[in-house]
Amino acid sequence: MLILKPSDIKSSEITDKEVYINRRQFMKSTGLAAIGAGAALAGIELADPLPAHALEKLPNVKKSSFSTSEKANSLKDITTYNNFYELGLDKEEPAKNAKYLTTKPWSVEIEGEVKKPKTLSIEEIMKLAPLEERIYRMRCVEAWSMVIPWVGFPLSALINQAEPTNNAKYVQFVTLVDPKRMPGQQPSLFGSAIDWPYVEGLRMDEAMHPLTILSVGLYGEVLPAQNGAPLRLVVPWKYGFKSIKSIVKVRFMEKQPATSWNKMQPQEYGFYSNVNPEVDHPRWSQGTERRIGEILRRKTLMFNGYGEQVASLYKGLDLKKNY
Amino acid sequence: MSVSKLKPIVFLACLIPLGQLVHRFYSDDLGANPIETLTKFTGSWALFILLASLAVTPLRRLTGWHDLIKLRRMLGLFAFFYATLHFANFLVLDHFFDWKRIGQDIVKRPYVTAGFTALMLMVPLAMTSTAEMIRRLGKRWQQLHRLVYVAATLGVLHFYWLVKSDITRPAQYAIVLAVLLGYRIAAKLMATKPHGAGHKAVTAKS
Repeated sequence: MLILKPSDIKSSEITDKEVYINRRQFMKSTGLAAIGAGAALAGIELADPLPAHALEKLPNVKKSSFSTSEKANSLKDITTYNNFYELGLDKEEPAKNAKYLTTKPWSVEIEGEVKKPKTLSIEEIMKLAPLEERIYRMRCVEAWSMVIPWVGFPLSALINQAEPTNNAKYVQFVTLVDPKRMPGQQPSLFGSAIDWPYVEGLRMDEAMHPLTILSVGLYGEVLPAQNGAPLRLVVPWKYGFKSIKSIVKVRFMEKQPATSWNKMQPQEYGFYSNVNPEVDHPRWSQGTERRIGEILRRKTLMFNGYGEQVASLYKGLDLKKNY
Repeated sequence: MSVSKLKPIVFLACLIPLGQLVHRFYSDDLGANPIETLTKFTGSWALFILLASLAVTPLRRLTGWHDLIKLRRMLGLFAFFYATLHFANFLVLDHFFDWKRIGQDIVKRPYVTAGFTALMLMVPLAMTSTAEMIRRLGKRWQQLHRLVYVAATLGVLHFYWLVKSDITRPAQYAIVLAVLLGYRIAAKLMATKPHGAGHKAVTAKS
């Protein structure tokens, strides 16, 4: 039998101790423990099975000082609990439908207010800047959160390469439309959930902020499809839906671009969508959140805890109106 | 098959979701957000069984199998059972007795208001489901139990208001509910028409 040296076991394959303990507490706290006699035995084998994946490891990934020291969620949690309507409505569906989303070849069109519109292949994009590991908090508008070790580089590297003109005040991102590769885009009986393609946008200063990254990986490996392969945005102080997945187009604009959730339900989702415990969503109170793997809710922090870095971007802006 | 034989089968069938839940719980198969899974699971079954209980009357009239009525109370109580689990999950695991937030949720969020009201309406129905109460309340029992129509409508509305964008699933429930309630309205209209006298005998007892 092959005995693994400790260094052969990737950190992503080990269930986080805290998560494990929390799960045990969860089991106990519900009181269902009395139901089955074999329960105690079953409880012993609670560790996560290894996710069946064999994704390419990304070379030369540097650690970033922008990372949080908070314990990251397990790779299993991050890759099996996803909101990605293009791959299915339930959170388990994107992982199941990930096989349809082929990402080779992949290219991204750069257009709009730029000196020279162009198309970059994903291989060219990966070379724009050194890859960094950025461990970020992620807060979903549905009041749950995770800590995710992304691999990526600042969006500013791509923007600088694109050479936007002085007219460029905003940047819009567009996802792929291909119902074969994105089965969630096939119309259902009651019409489509979203007017495809999914679009998102940022103000230029938000886009240029050093915390804003384009991610190409997770836990040191290539990004899985359900997490937005091969290229997605990550804006850690905004609700998760701003961080658009599987980008095929980056468009520089003079006017504020349309964003998908804002188009669908403007009274619920604004353009900015900054994490803000003061501004309630009609369906989810934003005051607290559940960190995946934990039982009790924790308080939600303004700008998801990134206020020190980003609050200055919104000086003079009424965040209650501009939610 | 006689309904007396069917009854234990339906009883066990109604326990299957609970068994499934316990099994998933012990095999750590509730996903990354177990509390959300529990909420969705218990909520869907509460609504499904509630609609099943509403299907009993149309089914017995259409099939002439009047003994089916003996299943109705059990289905209604199981719907209440899963709805109670659903609410207990919201109260204990989701909000951990944070009364202020629970209160705010019930008052401020229409989908919580609708769901909570539906459950509250089911409480007197469950309490008056004994043979003794049916006897004591007489005709008023039937009037009281029409609240189930309101509870089911609020239940579907609760689901509809909760989904973010794709309404396929709540719409399926809404269509089933519309058929079940529509049948009753149609039956009533037919019965009150002078020429619809033939239906009177069938609709007299609902």
